[in-house]
Amino acid sequence: MPANAFNAHTDYGIGIGLRVPHYAHILEKKPCVDWFEIISENFMVDGGRPLQVLDRILEQYRVVQHGVSLYFGSADKPDRAHLRRLKALVKRTKTPWLSDHLCWGSVDGTYTHDLLPMPYTFAAAKRTAGKIRMVRDYLEIPICVENVSSYAEFHASEMTEWEFLTEVVERADCGILLDVNNIYVSSKNHDFDPYAYVDGIPHRRVGQMHIAGHTKFEKYILDTHDHPVLDPVWRLYAHATRRCGVTATLLEWDDRIPSFQEVHDEALKANVFIDGAKAARTPGTGAAAAVR
Amino acid sequence: MKLSTAARADTPRALLAFQRALKDALIRPLAPGDRTQRHWTDGRPMTEFAAAFIKPNDRLTALDRLQIYNRMYWFRLLDCFHDDNPGLRALLGGWKFTRLAEAYLARHPSRSFTLRNLCVRLEGFLRAEPRWTAPHTALAVDVARFEWAQTVAFDGEARPVIAPAEFAHRPPSRLRLGLQPYVTLLDLKYPVDDFVIAVKRRDALRTEASNATTSGPRAVASKRVPRPRPGRVCLAVHRMDHRLYYKRLEPAAYRVLAALRDGAPLTRAIAAAGASAKPDRVQGWFATWMELGWFCRR
Repeated sequence: MPANAFNAHTDYGIGIGLRVPHYAHILEKKPCVDWFEIISENFMVDGGRPLQVLDRILEQYRVVQHGVSLYFGSADKPDRAHLRRLKALVKRTKTPWLSDHLCWGSVDGTYTHDLLPMPYTFAAAKRTAGKIRMVRDYLEIPICVENVSSYAEFHASEMTEWEFLTEVVERADCGILLDVNNIYVSSKNHDFDPYAYVDGIPHRRVGQMHIAGHTKFEKYILDTHDHPVLDPVWRLYAHATRRCGVTATLLEWDDRIPSFQEVHDEALKANVFIDGAKAARTPGTGAAAAVR
Repeated sequence: MKLSTAARADTPRALLAFQRALKDALIRPLAPGDRTQRHWTDGRPMTEFAAAFIKPNDRLTALDRLQIYNRMYWFRLLDCFHDDNPGLRALLGGWKFTRLAEAYLARHPSRSFTLRNLCVRLEGFLRAEPRWTAPHTALAVDVARFEWAQTVAFDGEARPVIAPAEFAHRPPSRLRLGLQPYVTLLDLKYPVDDFVIAVKRRDALRTEASNATTSGPRAVASKRVPRPRPGRVCLAVHRMDHRLYYKRLEPAAYRVLAALRDGAPLTRAIAAAGASAKPDRVQGWFATWMELGWFCRR
């Protein structure tokens, strides 16, 4: 399933996040990269260097927008002024799909600037799905929602996280940005089987995947995006790729960012697992058993 | 709504109450030792509040889990405040700067989707609550205004530049020129441009010196940048070719630009320069400003 309605039937391959420390390298050396993911909010400005750099990147590369402030799960109504700004950026980048998180983070106009986990209730799923539909209709592009990593679970929850994700995306008829690292981090923090998570979601809706590094502490794991991808995450990615098909994949590296080449090389390791998944799904090659 | 009802999050109203309660808990200032405060606003133990919403596991209590988010909120915003205000930090010193940051962020939580706007109310806060910066409040206000102007110059809107041909035939008494939104005019009591440049140079040197083995660069890098003495400075903080610049202005030139910015017609703006400003001098200012692309349609 290299392409589906939720990534606008594109086949984007392996991308990396566009980050400030790499601007000079990218603009001067023009390295060969399948695509860049941008954080929408970094470019929802009125002018100046951010937009100048973006325009130069757009001349050379495919760009997909990833957001951190739509807060689909916030009980507030969407902010129309915010959506207008976002739509202007969508027109500028021509992003084939847009992703943001299945979380909440603002209330009554106060922003936490965090991706806070939802209470997995039917009421929350219904409201969240309604908001996603509204945003999609306004922006007129496919939306993929990303599962977040979390450090807390709520008594209110009436279902598992993956059941909640499924409930939301089926109600909203939207795609999933499956963050494999987030699944792994949350599985360790909340003691669930990450493979059950991957197996339990509607695979046909997965339009993109994220991989990243994390940091282990004594009592929990933090989603720090400041390391290479760890082996258990690669194994889970391999499993997800077998389940969902080869999907546009993005490496996130947001802190203690090394050289462009190091980040890109890390991202390209995904090819090993993509090739494995392709072989497993090719008739006559013998389906490889899931290896954990 | 009762906390127990909010904690169920099983209706739209309860979901809103759930999120309001948790948001209030997350943005609550940390207690000493970067710990979540011991009591909730109604006096009940914080353990009880956290346990109403959050499940514990065999490694973390409900309060431990809440504390992770409480800390992350504060660390994230304090980092941003720190990065946006290097001059203010150098002026106040680390301890006092952090107390100021905590007080400001507690009084003005973020109201924007982007952290770029985090310090938009800082100047007003410093004026309203001088105790955080005393006895250097006037200087701190100047530094804060200067640092915010840099944010505006970095990514503020650039409108199409107005060409002389567009207004050549309009009478100066009715001509109103707009100033580019990314240009900020500052009439300051202290030469904070020199001060902040010196701070940035020192900080850059600190970074360079971080792996040095000799004591020389470290000694230079750890020098305190002296506080500027009072002295009026008029500045335009702007950008050119996507780089930031601080241009000093003669007070008379500042008055002309400020009048234009505030909507005065050209004749009245030029009159604001005063009788001592010679016509060829004023003409020279305008030639420079036009070249810098500072004027746009109103």
